[in-house]
Amino acid sequence: MSTDKKKISRREAIKTLSLGTLAGGYLITACDPAPEQPFGGKLSAKELEKWKTQFFTDHEYETVRVLANMIIPADDRSGNAEQAGVPDFIDFMMLDRPEIQTPMRGGLQWLDAQCNRLFGNSFIDCSEQERREMLDEIAYPEQASSEMLPGVRFFNRMRDLTASGFWSSKIGIEDIQYLGNRATNWNGCPEKALKHIGVSYD
Amino acid sequence: MLPPAQRTGNLEIINHAMVREVTEKDGTATGVSYINKKDRREYRVRANVVVLAASACESARLLLNSKSSNFPDGMANSSGMVGKYLMDTTGTSMAGVFPQLMDTPAHNEDGVGGMHLYIPWWLDNRKLDFPRGYHVELWGGRGMPAYGFMGGIQNYNALFQDRPTGGGGYGQQLKEDYRRFYGSIVGFSGRGEGIAYEDNYCEIDPDVVDEWGIPVLRFHYNWSEHEYLQVKHMQDTFEQIIDELGGVPLWDKPGKEDGYGITAPGQIIHEVGVTRMGNNPDSSVLNKNCQAHDVNNLFVVDGGPFVSQPHKNPTWTILALSMRASEYIVDQKNKGNL
Repeated sequence: MSTDKKKISRREAIKTLSLGTLAGGYLITACDPAPEQPFGGKLSAKELEKWKTQFFTDHEYETVRVLANMIIPADDRSGNAEQAGVPDFIDFMMLDRPEIQTPMRGGLQWLDAQCNRLFGNSFIDCSEQERREMLDEIAYPEQASSEMLPGVRFFNRMRDLTASGFWSSKIGIEDIQYLGNRATNWNGCPEKALKHIGVSYD
Repeated sequence: MLPPAQRTGNLEIINHAMVREVTEKDGTATGVSYINKKDRREYRVRANVVVLAASACESARLLLNSKSSNFPDGMANSSGMVGKYLMDTTGTSMAGVFPQLMDTPAHNEDGVGGMHLYIPWWLDNRKLDFPRGYHVELWGGRGMPAYGFMGGIQNYNALFQDRPTGGGGYGQQLKEDYRRFYGSIVGFSGRGEGIAYEDNYCEIDPDVVDEWGIPVLRFHYNWSEHEYLQVKHMQDTFEQIIDELGGVPLWDKPGKEDGYGITAPGQIIHEVGVTRMGNNPDSSVLNKNCQAHDVNNLFVVDGGPFVSQPHKNPTWTILALSMRASEYIVDQKNKGNL
């Protein structure tokens, strides 16, 4: 069991952690039923058109697709990121959150530059083995060398986006077994969950 | 509150009305003037009694913007107290990962975040270095996956596991980590009473108007030593709880240089005060019935009348005070005093 506490800055943590919980808070406090909106209803017609025609260039999109599937591959319990619609989701998020356009685009470009330097190819044209070697350099923040920091930052973001898209999809929710938001007969916390933490109602 | 009022047949609601000022004649309120946001023109409503419930700071803004020869410093402001004693709740948060909550059998945990658990104030101030108190709200659980779901997992997925690479990663192992750590984070948010100070105030910004041409507020607010020591106590408490439960805090405990992680004034959105009630017209704006000392037929029934900020959500107190004010208005009407 590892006891060392890997700490992050408070600001960083609040930024990443609060997203989910705050969103829940807003749902609870919203009194007005939201007007029915088409997907992407917050966007102008022009922006929506732009999204339909894809924010990423084809090359960027393909890189995102390959990365997302490496981050969340298929296994015996569920499909991969692509099957959950993650590449489209990330492409859409570029318009929903314009502030991440440059870090994402720049990160993808950085990745290609590194792969070109190391293997003489852009990321998607590298072999499976080379891609893994590349990701191993940037996927483990505590181990990464200082010149890999831009890549670490990019990959943290890419990992978070992939997780958001995958786990909030139908197959992701089934996989992670989120069981709320449905009609239920609440009989308290189930026995097996109580037992897991060594407590009981009695 | 509105449907029963509507059933009396005596209620007319005017939407899209941005009130500019309370009008007056001979020191008595005569109604309000407002801008219709649809046509951008100015309209007037005449009234025998004017009741403001625009939210504390907005009601103060209205009064300060209602200047006339009778009220050179703004309506109901002979005490100079309109805008003063602004308060917000203090806040600071911490979260921890708890190994005993990892791999919990799947079950419905909706509501765990924010509803099922609450720690009320439990200590005796005589033994503490700050006045008043706070409560703790808890969050976490197997919430519905949404944007930001388990974001920043690289900061904790190496904990409690034999993982020489540290946190982060990708692929099958990462996918398993999401499943294992889902629901294992518990967050603690302290919400405390900020002390009322005359020096914490809002006032009209002489240089800036909003899009309706109405002068806006500017704010002056500093936490005092009391609030800093209070949130320090919150952080120490969170640290102790996490530690004794065998968890690991997700980030460093904020120190003095970070104000112990205290929220910025206004961030907890419990702005109250600014039209405080009191028996002395020289040091308060309203009497105990939320009636302006200076203007008999003017009332404020939002968070403005608060003289302290007891760290709870203010809505119930606002409702109680407005009910008392409403009964008083009816009583005074019946007696012919209004």
